[in-house]
Amino acid sequence: MTNVREWWRRGSALIWFSGATLALSLLMIVGLVGYIGAKGLGFFWPGAIVKVMTPQGPVLGEITGQEPDQLQFHVANRDLFGQDYRWLPRSDCKESTLPLDAVVVERLEYGPFIGRVRAVDQDGQVLPGEPLDNIRRLRPAAMALSRHIRALDKVEVGGLNRELEELRLELRGAAETARPALEAKVKVLGEKYEAAQARLDILRTQAAAVTVTLEAVDGQTKTIPMASIVRVVPSNAMGILGKTGAYLSRLWEFVADDPRESNTEGGIFPAIFGTVMMVLIMSVMVVPLGVLAALYVREYATQGWLLRTLRIAVNNLAGVPSIVFGVFGLGFFVYFVGGTIDRLFFKERLPAPTFGTGGILWAALTLALLTVPVVIVATEEALAAVPRNQREASLALGATRWQTLWNVVIPGAMPGILTGLILAMARGAGEVAPLMLTGVVKLAPSMPLDGSFPFLHLDRKFMHLGFHIYDVGFQSPNSEAAKPMVFMTALLLLLVVVILNLFALRLRARLRARLGGGAF
Amino acid sequence: MSAGETMTEFDSQPAVPEPTRASTDYTGAPPQVTTKRISDIPLTDTAVLKAQSLLRIQDLNLFYGQKQALFDINLEVRTHSVMSLIGPSGCGKSTLLRCLNRMNDLVGNVRISGSVKVGEDDIYDPAVDVISLRKRMGMVFQKSNPFPKSIYENVAYGLRIQGVKDRAVLDEAVERSLIGSGLWDEVKDRLKESGLGLSGGQQQRLCIARAMAIQPEVLLMDEPCSALDPLATSRIEELIFELKRNYTIVIVTHNMQQAARVSDFTAFFWMGKLIETGLTEMLFTNPRVRMTEDYISGRFG
Repeated sequence: MTNVREWWRRGSALIWFSGATLALSLLMIVGLVGYIGAKGLGFFWPGAIVKVMTPQGPVLGEITGQEPDQLQFHVANRDLFGQDYRWLPRSDCKESTLPLDAVVVERLEYGPFIGRVRAVDQDGQVLPGEPLDNIRRLRPAAMALSRHIRALDKVEVGGLNRELEELRLELRGAAETARPALEAKVKVLGEKYEAAQARLDILRTQAAAVTVTLEAVDGQTKTIPMASIVRVVPSNAMGILGKTGAYLSRLWEFVADDPRESNTEGGIFPAIFGTVMMVLIMSVMVVPLGVLAALYVREYATQGWLLRTLRIAVNNLAGVPSIVFGVFGLGFFVYFVGGTIDRLFFKERLPAPTFGTGGILWAALTLALLTVPVVIVATEEALAAVPRNQREASLALGATRWQTLWNVVIPGAMPGILTGLILAMARGAGEVAPLMLTGVVKLAPSMPLDGSFPFLHLDRKFMHLGFHIYDVGFQSPNSEAAKPMVFMTALLLLLVVVILNLFALRLRARLRARLGGGAF
Repeated sequence: MSAGETMTEFDSQPAVPEPTRASTDYTGAPPQVTTKRISDIPLTDTAVLKAQSLLRIQDLNLFYGQKQALFDINLEVRTHSVMSLIGPSGCGKSTLLRCLNRMNDLVGNVRISGSVKVGEDDIYDPAVDVISLRKRMGMVFQKSNPFPKSIYENVAYGLRIQGVKDRAVLDEAVERSLIGSGLWDEVKDRLKESGLGLSGGQQQRLCIARAMAIQPEVLLMDEPCSALDPLATSRIEELIFELKRNYTIVIVTHNMQQAARVSDFTAFFWMGKLIETGLTEMLFTNPRVRMTEDYISGRFG
């Protein structure tokens, strides 16, 4: 009895309870990341291609789902079968085998094909030898050719297009006397454009010369150009090394490539890039804004009811639902500010808007507004934590108040300010709702940063991982195929946030080390 | 007795005690002559006795809002002497010290009457530039407060904010100040390291060096040894002894022995009033006011 009382008096119960709560929180975080990771990362592993006989005929595919009485097969061949996935009663599945010649062919169109490769043709002639070997031999050249075509299309034809567009705008506003010269220029450019198109056509025919004939399990065949094959995975015939190779190649494609097939295939690089870009632009805007506001509030403003009201308002701002910020961003930044900029500086392009439509700048500004309370509060606390005696030391040496702020207080508060930035970035990177109103799109034709002048295109629309999750998960025509993409995208979003935070944390640690181990 | 006479008595009759003007504010026991001696009190340098007054505080009253913290203070500090301010906690000695470089301006709701003169300039004259005043009055604080910067940058700070960019000038000032504060030999090889990495005593000497770098006329020290161990304290005390050759020093201390060891003059405060002031050896051996004796002999405070 006394032991229990003693135990209670020492607070052991509370210590155990708090420890358990911490463990539970950790478990939840690990569980969240682990679940998403397991669901997403497993998707790229080449699974066994199973062939079963059913009363309706043979079925070939990867088993992607199991229930007590039925199996889900990923049969692919959307263009032939109409659906990617099929549920089959277990009782119907007989004689299951793993055919060694079965392959998964990942294509640029219509999703993957599961079946076998029947033949490789060049200029209508069937090439001798093993078809898989022929693909291995000829694919690099075909890929190089199609890359060349893409580059030509984008750089040369795209560049000509841009020049033509600018000339047309110039022509629209030009005086009568200047017209003939401009028109001549347009004509020259037009001819160049035609020539480039003709060259492209030749290359395209050349690329279409090598074709691959695929055969589905039910005997239907499909002939596709070699250049539209992304990858051939004969997973039943592969060892662990080959599978690992295919896995890494798929993973790299996911991280580094552009999306295909309304985002359900290919990579999400533009979304990663857009997210990072947007968060960085937001950070560049939110830090000066928040720090200057906090500096005035903490160091210069007279404390009183007005300031108290202001503090309450700022704190409440942090609680406003983010979609409200989106509405504000659309109304104020996009329509009002952007519209005004268009009227003043981009008059010749109207009615097509330049800044008067959603874009990465407006999205970043809206998120800066959303996260500025976090920075203000963190900065205020960091400023208050700078020891009074350091300020006094500076003032006693004849420094003005501003010099003291700039040389002693702000450097001392820098780690705290960075804490605010970290919180703001984490919040900003995860917001989706306001972006949908201010500039995010399902598929952006070009990135906000590229090789054409002025390199940073703040008016462009962009892709975002958070929105990508929503779009792939809910707006996709092929939701079953998109499910693993949702998990993978979520995992990457987490990763992007973690990496951005680690970067800021490192910066903070270095600053702290320079400050001599001051604790915040 | 007028205020002007309070301090001039040392020149004529240093050994004869007289009741001071401040003592009339004291309503306790009447002034009493004692014959107490403290053996380690150094004899005051005669040069100090002949020196002119650099700081003159006249009829200084200070109010925090409605509350009066200092009452009619009259005090003079001679050039190149050490004046220690003693008294129990809350007696106003630190407040007085902070009046001398107008650090009290930073606290809202402070009202001051009377005058404080440095040389010929009244520092509370509205025309006075507080910034340039503070350059003339170096300050060392109770708790060592180096900036979270390198040792070099700590010492160079005062000059940098004055706009000095010449590396040679800065190097020279840093070396001179660190030598002056007796820290040079200990830190000359690690000037780029953080000032916060030094020990407590070294940090305090760094702060003294920082104050010296802008070449002030007066050094104000607010209990500079209260957070230090005896060894570090004795280093600082030796330093103060050397510093008074070039600086006029006002030091607030709780440690009576310290006041006796380092200062030429001592002023005893109680409840915002200046009770007694005089040559340190006189005040400690022969206090004129009963209360001073009670305090220095440890009967209260």
